[in-house]
Amino acid sequence: MVSPLLSVQGVNASYGEAQVLRDVSLEVATGEVVTLVGRNGAGKTTLLRCLMGLHRPTAGTVTLDGNDITHLPAHRRTRRGLGLVPDDRGIFASLSVEENLKLPPGVSDSAWSVDRVYESFPVLKERRRFPGTKLSGGEQQMLSIARVLRMGARLLLCDEPTEGLSPVLVHQIGDILRDVKAAGVTVLLVEQNVRFASTVADRHYLLAQGRVAQTLDNAEVKEREHELLEYLGI
Amino acid sequence: MSDLLQHAFNGLVNGSFYALLALGLAVIFGMLGVVNFAHGAFFMLGAFGAFILLNEAGVSFWIALLVVPLALGVVGMLLERLLVRRLVALDPLYNFLLTFGLTLIFQDLLRMKYGSQPQPYPQPAGLRGTVDLGLFDFPAYQVFVLVFSVLVSVGAWLLLARTRVGMIIRAATERPELTRAMGIDVGRWISPVFGFGIALAALSGVLAAPMRAVSPLMGADLIILVFAVVVIGGLGSIFGSVAAGFLIGMLQALGNVYVPGLATTSVFILMAVVLLWRPAGLFGREETAV
Repeated sequence: MVSPLLSVQGVNASYGEAQVLRDVSLEVATGEVVTLVGRNGAGKTTLLRCLMGLHRPTAGTVTLDGNDITHLPAHRRTRRGLGLVPDDRGIFASLSVEENLKLPPGVSDSAWSVDRVYESFPVLKERRRFPGTKLSGGEQQMLSIARVLRMGARLLLCDEPTEGLSPVLVHQIGDILRDVKAAGVTVLLVEQNVRFASTVADRHYLLAQGRVAQTLDNAEVKEREHELLEYLGI
Repeated sequence: MSDLLQHAFNGLVNGSFYALLALGLAVIFGMLGVVNFAHGAFFMLGAFGAFILLNEAGVSFWIALLVVPLALGVVGMLLERLLVRRLVALDPLYNFLLTFGLTLIFQDLLRMKYGSQPQPYPQPAGLRGTVDLGLFDFPAYQVFVLVFSVLVSVGAWLLLARTRVGMIIRAATERPELTRAMGIDVGRWISPVFGFGIALAALSGVLAAPMRAVSPLMGADLIILVFAVVVIGGLGSIFGSVAAGFLIGMLQALGNVYVPGLATTSVFILMAVVLLWRPAGLFGREETAV
């Protein structure tokens, strides 16, 4: 295997006394879409926060392109190509739709222009003067993903982008993620919906009680779908 | 009728002090999560700055209006760098206590030198007397304070609403952590924003000097009311704090006419009602994040 884009080695993390991540190791290669599945409280969001530099791991290392970024502050990680699509979508209410898009500085040549975003997401152009949070849930999700594309992120950290969306919108988010992958962007996706996950991702890490319990490929996910759904409590 | 107008006008003038103070408090609170109790002290220091410059060096009001806010803004930035920043990661109470302690120190230092007696500050030449605004005569200085405060509020609003720096400050005021994840070095903006908030407090202090007597406790009386203004406007809401500032000024002035003795209390009654009805304040947004 070529050296991975993202490599996580032995990461521990806690909130106060409670240990949330235990010795988590995983790798994501350039161009892959990899999901993190697991129950609520399994540590998925905490892991993304550690990767983004919003939570400090108590042990372990995070490397991007072979460079140790474990102690890099969040704003400098974006300059290395990390883009966060947070679980609450992270849209600023005090910024218009267009300002939400323009807030992050462009970090690479692959950064989309605002016009290109509007071409791909015409609804955002229509509502560009609206306050960010006046959009519907699905539109906010599009804005959140479009924002990191405009920044030119190479590795998207997407936290449950389909949560709370109707099947039509889930399908649309799936299309967007497949387009993103086709454009060569790498995605680490937190997802409870394993059926959806297997339609966009290459591989899956199952997180349980803060540990990587298993790694699965799409065939295994399809084979064990019922068991997984039951385990995840969906 | 004309009496009522006059009261409403006085209310707006008082409201312009609340608006400038609340604006600074709101930006500082939003971006740092710090309830800056020393805001009232910097208002007082602004007035004293003008007073001392005039009496020790003969510096005019107009120069003081420029120099004092700038100088105290720099003091504010140093304060943030040297003290406030060290406590930001801890319980918010630590910074509340720090700024409360600083307030007591500033007050007592000035009391040692100038005593507690209010000191007069002359109205600037050219703004003595009254202006006729059609309906009746208004004191010229008060008209100036109102116009100037509105211009400063509008200027601050344009800066925040129309520039990239303003966009970053709005984002960082709303959600500092998310703003960092969007590639913005929020830490770089904290000192300037703190200094900007302090400069606004000092500016309103200089403006207040010719209207209210200068005394070490002039800020302490005001700050509690301004806290109520910020809460009513919506914690961290920039527009809300300015609007609530003018609104409360009016309410207080009209309260003085109709229910004298309850005017200040009515502000806190309004605060309680607003909190029950809209916990995030009149212009605040309900928290969406957990």
